[in-house]
Amino acid sequence: MRPFVALLVRDLRLAVRDGGALGTALGFNLIVVALLPMGLGPDLGLLSRIAPGVLWIGLLLSALLSLPRLFEADFEDGSLEVLATGPLPLELMVVAKSLVHWITTGLPLVLLVPVVGLLLNLDFAALPILMTTLLLGTPAVSFLGSIGAALTLGSRRGGLLIALLVLPLYVPTLIFGVSTISAVVLATGGVIAPLMVLAAISLVAIVIGPVAAAAALRAQMG
Amino acid sequence: MHVLCMYRGRQRPHPPFVQSGPLIMHLVAENLTVQRGGRAVLDGVSLRVAGGEALLLLGANGAGKTTLLRTLAGLIRPLSGRVRIDGAVAEQSVGEQCHFVGHTNAIKPSLTTAENIEFWGAYLGSVEPERAPDAKPDPALDWALERLGLGDLRDVPAGYLSAGQKRRLGLARLLVARRPIWLLDEPTVSLDAASVALFAGIVAEHLAGGGIVVAATHVPLGLTGAHELRLGARTVTV
Repeated sequence: MRPFVALLVRDLRLAVRDGGALGTALGFNLIVVALLPMGLGPDLGLLSRIAPGVLWIGLLLSALLSLPRLFEADFEDGSLEVLATGPLPLELMVVAKSLVHWITTGLPLVLLVPVVGLLLNLDFAALPILMTTLLLGTPAVSFLGSIGAALTLGSRRGGLLIALLVLPLYVPTLIFGVSTISAVVLATGGVIAPLMVLAAISLVAIVIGPVAAAAALRAQMG
Repeated sequence: MHVLCMYRGRQRPHPPFVQSGPLIMHLVAENLTVQRGGRAVLDGVSLRVAGGEALLLLGANGAGKTTLLRTLAGLIRPLSGRVRIDGAVAEQSVGEQCHFVGHTNAIKPSLTTAENIEFWGAYLGSVEPERAPDAKPDPALDWALERLGLGDLRDVPAGYLSAGQKRRLGLARLLVARRPIWLLDEPTVSLDAASVALFAGIVAEHLAGGGIVVAATHVPLGLTGAHELRLGARTVTV
């Protein structure tokens, strides 16, 4: 447990010291969401209807921005090789790094949603369920993203490649996230079922992501 | 049992490394064949190094010195052959008992000197088992920094260090986490003469304590009586 905590603390400290990543993600999210009303015109009813889906997509795209750096710095300065000789299995190393990505990117983006929601005339009755789905769904974003980050390690234009690899994996999360919200707002059906599926997707991602990413990292180093 | 499976290790604090008892530790590699880019870089390399002994890897650029060290550390899976440690803690993989020092320093520019080395100590398993949260600073940490002449720089971000100081900081993890086998790939790059002598002393102490050193270096590390393995030729056995 000690190596895991040490890595977690180091990466959180690095995220704070180096900054940048969080500001970029939050700024990008704000701009994407702000552009939309300008493109669609000031139809408040329309904006209100599409707000949950837009906020979800904005969050997915913003979280992608910092994914390429997940292993890159450690790969470049040789830390990854030393981490691999540590007592911690590579899978748990990936868990620690994905967790840090969720804490430093996913969580702040979720907390920003009530603010950027104002730009889309978000129905504030939908806010609690929107926040709930985002909180349940974003771990999948970080943990599935680690697979893309590990696969594209060391490649030029890796950032674009990650988007192609990872965005399709986010489709189930997006579908069940948005359908949970519709179930509440439009009262079209049960809320519990899509919410449970959303949580299940995140749990599966937490298991599969690190295993796949660790396998990719081994191939990258070997 | 395949020992070169470095990721299966259990999580337990590393005991301080002391060679004890009549059982002498041996690092053994048998018939290693490694392919890089479709070319056999290592072809049937075998070696056996006993505790307290050093092995120098010689050979021209591209002879496979780095590849051999990375294979010993478990970072590269060999096409055939295996690496094992005789007379060691059986439940630890080879990689977990090795310090691998490559061309890069594995330090973070935005962390201070002390934070960098404190992290590696905690991650790789420090000499100090557990300490109370208020019992700062860690004596092993201070000792390692003093030993490498970095004592005055402990609160300086590593990004501001010179190339030689960064290298010494990279080497400091050899001292904060005790591991019996040191795999050193050109450890003295960008070190000045005094620092090379200092490091040679540290290596000599490690050997005197029964440790194993496998090093690829062009600088004499004062390893008198070290075995030599010349790569590039086929099937060399020590």
